[in-house]
Amino acid sequence: MAFCSRNSRNIIIINLLKSKVGSSRLMKLSRVCCYGTCLNSTNHCRFLPSTTTLPQLGNPDPNSHKKGHSPCSQRFQSTKSGQQFASLPNGEHSQVLDFPGGNVVFSPEMQFLSESPNVYNPCYRVLDDNGQLISNSVFVQVSEEIAVKMYSNMATLQILDTIFYEAQRQGRISFYVTTIGEEAINIASAAALTSDDVVFPQYREPGVLLWRGFTLQEFANQCFGNKADNGKGRQMPAHYGSNKHNYFTISSTIATQIPHAVGAAYSLKMDKKDACAVTYFGDGGTSEGDFHAALNFAAVTESPVIFICRNNGWAISTPTSDQFRSDGIAVRGQAYGVRSIRVDGNDALAMYSAVHTAREMAVNEHRPILIEAVTYRVGHHSTSDDSTKYRSADEIEWWRMARDPVTRFRKWIETNGWWGSEAESQLRSSIRNQLLQAIQIAERAEKPPVKDLFRDVYNNIPSHLREQEKLVRETINKHPKDYPADVPVDVAVKDDGVSVYDVDVIVHDDDLIIHVR
Amino acid sequence: MLGIARQKMLEQSSKKIRPAVSMLRNYSSAAKEMTVRTALNSALDEEMSADSKVFLMGEEVGEYQGAYKITKGLLDKYGPERVLDTPITEAGFTGIAVGAAYYGLKPVVEFMTFNFSMQAIDHIINSAAKSNYMSAGQISVPIVFRGPNGAAAGVGAQHSQCYAAWYATCPGLKVLTPYNSEDARGLLKAAIRDPDPVVFLENELLYGESFPISDEVLDSSFCLPIGKAKIERKGKHVTIAAYSKMVGYSLKAAEILEKDGIDAEVINLRSIRPLDRSTINDSVRKTNRLVTVEEAFPQHGVGAEICACVVEESFAYLDAPVERIAGADVPMPYAANLERMAVPQVEDIVRAAKRACYRSVP
Repeated sequence: MAFCSRNSRNIIIINLLKSKVGSSRLMKLSRVCCYGTCLNSTNHCRFLPSTTTLPQLGNPDPNSHKKGHSPCSQRFQSTKSGQQFASLPNGEHSQVLDFPGGNVVFSPEMQFLSESPNVYNPCYRVLDDNGQLISNSVFVQVSEEIAVKMYSNMATLQILDTIFYEAQRQGRISFYVTTIGEEAINIASAAALTSDDVVFPQYREPGVLLWRGFTLQEFANQCFGNKADNGKGRQMPAHYGSNKHNYFTISSTIATQIPHAVGAAYSLKMDKKDACAVTYFGDGGTSEGDFHAALNFAAVTESPVIFICRNNGWAISTPTSDQFRSDGIAVRGQAYGVRSIRVDGNDALAMYSAVHTAREMAVNEHRPILIEAVTYRVGHHSTSDDSTKYRSADEIEWWRMARDPVTRFRKWIETNGWWGSEAESQLRSSIRNQLLQAIQIAERAEKPPVKDLFRDVYNNIPSHLREQEKLVRETINKHPKDYPADVPVDVAVKDDGVSVYDVDVIVHDDDLIIHVR
Repeated sequence: MLGIARQKMLEQSSKKIRPAVSMLRNYSSAAKEMTVRTALNSALDEEMSADSKVFLMGEEVGEYQGAYKITKGLLDKYGPERVLDTPITEAGFTGIAVGAAYYGLKPVVEFMTFNFSMQAIDHIINSAAKSNYMSAGQISVPIVFRGPNGAAAGVGAQHSQCYAAWYATCPGLKVLTPYNSEDARGLLKAAIRDPDPVVFLENELLYGESFPISDEVLDSSFCLPIGKAKIERKGKHVTIAAYSKMVGYSLKAAEILEKDGIDAEVINLRSIRPLDRSTINDSVRKTNRLVTVEEAFPQHGVGAEICACVVEESFAYLDAPVERIAGADVPMPYAANLERMAVPQVEDIVRAAKRACYRSVP
């Protein structure tokens, strides 16, 4: 696999070489150039070393751009005037001038950068469509234990989606989003991360939470919005969140999680943690302004964040041809100065390898990485969508059967002798039974109590909400027949207005403060 | 909240008091004065010094020392990791700040003016304000959004709007509107220490104004409670409730009214959300007449909310309809004469108070 990081040199090389060697050899040359650049790990510097100084700026340490990432000193360096000479890898010398806006090499030829590439950005894959290893492939080795766990999780995710989707169709839950077709992205990426890495999902990544240990019952509880839901029934189904699993609560707004991840990555960097932030989004999400700002910022602040784009071809009914005209998403990362790679999202082994490597780069080098995982959204956008209205049922069926990532990975582990048909049927029936039972339990459980309506608006409940809660309880007590039986009203407020829920225990730094409201 | 702040600050009391005090060390016992700008700067400085998780973000806050010099000297003191000059993307840097807050840092985000916060409003409302609730308490967002709000002088329609009412509608946010230096220091410190997202609406024209300040305010542990209004001037004939710059105008109006025998009580709201309904209502029950003053557009404004809450809670005490003074219902014009007519002036407040006191025909 080749991660491409663009600096101005590469543009120059491509343009100069284009006129000399023709475009057919271009791809290979640019790959070599890119790869060569990446191997040079000290190449953080964007600005060429200067030899002259502007009198009023003083003379900051000429090596400061290499060791510190201080925007202060870098800015001073960039305003230094004077002519610089670049030494290009092929030995040519050209005049380079460092404008504050960037170093430029002049050219008498008028060369527009093409809007579309001569060769498409290659897509990294390791397993072929039949789940067999491609010869000479580069990948990160996976142990039998991990591989089997990955497969089990992928299969579990498939069954989970199928059953919950059915439950919605039966009217038992109000809404659901499936991840069908994207199981490899979910599970393989989760497997390549550590539990300390913080995840900022969109809403098509429950597999990451599943991998981290969220139980089937917990999934069911959230979808049914019952008392045991750790989300206290506050959100639509499939909007999971769990601090314990470092999985930030899903927010319906598109792409807002992308800059959040960068902010969290910045915090991780400041705390010097051996962890990164990871965020997921779809092809549609990359059109949002937040995507642009986040990638730009991540590059500028050198934050350890992995951006994983699930390019599944569809944003509800909008195909990618109506979404963007760039050659996919990875090339956009390049434009922002973010190292990027395009991966076959249905190849679990390739996904695992790419994310594993990306994580190392992100954490050790304090840099953002963009991974474009190409895949197909087999299911409808959500239960509120019927995708046969805008795409052919044949197309959907083909991707579901012939390109199923779960089957493909199964073939690989079977080839290795790690899995068989008995294990398969055992797993499937066991998961199915567990899920059906979890749903039954979740459905029968009580709903969250009345007090959960009013808590968590602020850190401490304000007086007007406490009054409203009291009024609501009084109304319920007066008209019990108008009130559903499965919603607990619980503790009555005592005469002095203080109930059990009016006491906060706040741990503020090292001070334990018991605060009676 | 105050108790927690005090306890923490006592541990820090051995730390040097920041430049604010040393600058103002007087050798007489005359009252000290401090501009709002210095008050804000000193508050930021002290909070950053006390808590390493506090950091600043915004356009021009670092190298430029702040578009209005509020963050002067902080980049040099705390370095570029804690004072971030951001690219021009309000949506972007607000999203990033919220993400940092999710993970446990305490960002103070500066908007060059709150007019530009509209480009980031989704992150303020949907990512910051609602997160604690939507995540069932798992995600707290200890973030402060601050910057100048409302009309300045000759900056036209896109730089003059007041956003107090916009942000105050949203549950999950706290909205503060300091008036003088004491407010600026105390409320900014409270905002930074608060675990909830706070919108801190300053006023550009007040930055350069100097106000007397006591030693208590200068202490680094000083903090004002959020949600409490202050009675700036006690009175008995009419209540004038205002926030930010209009408090100054209301005080001037009260002086003029005094000559006509009307003793006005001026309330500095300080906090728009939560609104100190009890102070307002107690005052109205005493004076029986109310004038609300704001520079913002009149419809769905802070005055409307105050009027509704007074009607709900103290209707029987009102001896006259509530008078609402607000900016003209037009986008702010640029020309100086037009601008003057588009915002409330002291005379408008005086006339309203007289109308409320039945001393003039409406």
